[in-house]
Amino acid sequence: MEVSTALLVNAIIAGLLLGGFYAAVSVGVSISFGMLDVVNIAHPAFIILGSYIAYIVNDRFGFDPIVVSLVLSPLFFLLGMALYRIYYLCFEKRGQESLRGLAFFFGILFITEVALVLIFGVDYRMVSTRYGDVTWRAGEIDFPMRLVVPFLVSVAMVIGVQLVLTHTFFGRAVLAVAQDQLALRLMGVNPVRVKELAFGLSIATAGVAGAFLIVIQPVEPAIGRHYIGLAFAVCVLGGMGSIWGTLLGAFVLGIAESFTSTFFGPSWAPAVSFGLLLATLAFKPSGLLGR
Amino acid sequence: MLGRSFPPVFARALGALAIAFGLTCAAFAQQPLKIGFGMSLTGPLAGNGKAALIAMEIWRDDVNAKGGILGRKVDFVYYDDQTSPATVPGIYTKLLDVDKVDLVVSGYGTNVIAPAMPIAMQRNLCFMTLFGLNVNSKFKYDRYFQIMPAGPDPAIGWSQGFFEAAMSLNPKPRTVAIVGADAEYPAMALEGARAHIKRLGLKVVYDKTYPPNTVDYSPIVRAIQATNPEIVFVASYPPDSAGMVRAANEVGLKTRIFGGGLVGPQFAALKTQLGPLLNGVVNYEFYVPDLNKKFPFLEQFLAKYQARAAKEGVDPLGFYLPPYAYAMMQVVEQAIKATGGLDQAKLAEYIHKSEFDTFVGKVRFAANGEWASSRVMMTQYTGISGNDVEQFKKPGHVTVLYPTEYKTGSVKAPYHENRK
Repeated sequence: MEVSTALLVNAIIAGLLLGGFYAAVSVGVSISFGMLDVVNIAHPAFIILGSYIAYIVNDRFGFDPIVVSLVLSPLFFLLGMALYRIYYLCFEKRGQESLRGLAFFFGILFITEVALVLIFGVDYRMVSTRYGDVTWRAGEIDFPMRLVVPFLVSVAMVIGVQLVLTHTFFGRAVLAVAQDQLALRLMGVNPVRVKELAFGLSIATAGVAGAFLIVIQPVEPAIGRHYIGLAFAVCVLGGMGSIWGTLLGAFVLGIAESFTSTFFGPSWAPAVSFGLLLATLAFKPSGLLGR
Repeated sequence: MLGRSFPPVFARALGALAIAFGLTCAAFAQQPLKIGFGMSLTGPLAGNGKAALIAMEIWRDDVNAKGGILGRKVDFVYYDDQTSPATVPGIYTKLLDVDKVDLVVSGYGTNVIAPAMPIAMQRNLCFMTLFGLNVNSKFKYDRYFQIMPAGPDPAIGWSQGFFEAAMSLNPKPRTVAIVGADAEYPAMALEGARAHIKRLGLKVVYDKTYPPNTVDYSPIVRAIQATNPEIVFVASYPPDSAGMVRAANEVGLKTRIFGGGLVGPQFAALKTQLGPLLNGVVNYEFYVPDLNKKFPFLEQFLAKYQARAAKEGVDPLGFYLPPYAYAMMQVVEQAIKATGGLDQAKLAEYIHKSEFDTFVGKVRFAANGEWASSRVMMTQYTGISGNDVEQFKKPGHVTVLYPTEYKTGSVKAPYHENRK
């Protein structure tokens, strides 16, 4: 295979676009797992739920799935708050969050999947958008809008989350929860309430990521499981609790996958991506931007 | 006379025994004939699994409406295998040991048929299976039968039509790229493609596989494009089929013939979702509306199936798997009736030596349990506009290129010109 400049640039752009999507999938895990220490294995289930809600509204009313997901994100936020409240009362408050909490989230994952199967059936679903089949070309460089639009919204969302976390009282309280809950209590802030809100934010990002997913590829109820490993890998690679790290980690994995697929063979892509993760952890155990 | 030869008490006891035996026989005759199987009702292949189940239930209802088989109503005992091979041995053990089914058939697909084979072989069962690709090549089990029309050498038969269509181009192509998912079916399909490539003396410029959970396929298609192949053969499952077709359109893949082994475009979901993006793709099908006169009984089955499928949210067309799921049960039915029972050896022997009249035509099995001759139709999608499902119910959008007896047109090349 002849390695041309166009092939190289296309591989980088494809990797960045893919990384943008990976960032949207992972930013919620970065909040819940990285900051709140809640191992939310069910995160992909909420991504798929977001996909199906975007699908219904798109199918019945023709609205753009990404716009729908942004409009409905407050509902996902409330859902996340309610879920955390249950988790807190049943497990965290009793100090049983480690194993039983994990089982709880596994249960949520399977219940969501089965509910979607019962309601929608098992066929693959996909949405139609104005930009879905459009590819913008600059010479030999391709920009498929199916990936560009989710990329742009995802990067905006991640930057938005970072700004909320660093420039608001709530955000600083979330960062404080991640560091020292006792100190936060001494400052007169209820860490449970802060975690509840932060978990809501995490689930809201999952709903939006679900809309990206169904724009990019067909979706069926069990497809979310593919993203469990990826979301946690991005989170760990970037650095636990670091939103910029999550963005960087997602880009690194996206570009690694795209490069490997283009130049060495796609079957090597997971090995290279996870090899990078292992190498990073060996030389910088806190992740790329972790403290 | 009986009354004189035996004391009255013995005569009465014998009479009671005879009545009890008669009642037992009558009760046995009324017991349903239980057919057990695992089926993918959740997981990645659940769309196909549910469609197959609907077809099998239509068969069961049809048979029961006519009084059942050998006077016994047919009953199904089935469990969801979750499209996971790991669940299959447990399901079949339970069906045989706990549910005490009279007969087992397989669920849908290679991945769940292969793990059921050791159990079928241990118990010497006659095992009728649904759409496994070349499963028996390793097991070589003489009571295995498979209803997909891939022919006696399925890996070869699968892509035969694709390479015949490619080599009908003028000038003949010389270079080929092959790509598929890292999974059982694509591995088999690629193996067959490599055999054709060797036979035809083509030069392989790209031969790679990809992980099934790949999100973006454009780097793969760009890498293929960089090798300038004249033929691109793809073996993929539904999500990656959609990804590959989209990527081919986004990248603007320039090649003479593209497709071959894409699973997915046979179903309404992908047909409607991809719509015009399918134009020019050459791919396999097992039934197209242009051939409705050749399969006169299929229309009535499809009418029943489509009515149920619409309610249950599965493939509303039902051209691919459901007719064959029904035909599989027709073979089982005819074999039980002809042998007069459920003796597994007699059933297998009968299926081997007989020809079966089914909704998908006459079926005869080869020694390895596959169809005696291949009937994989290689087709080309053409003239698709918009994403309306109704257009796919009418003739005119799928040209049959191979086999010759079903041919409705010739391949249009190059692929990228058809895409416009």
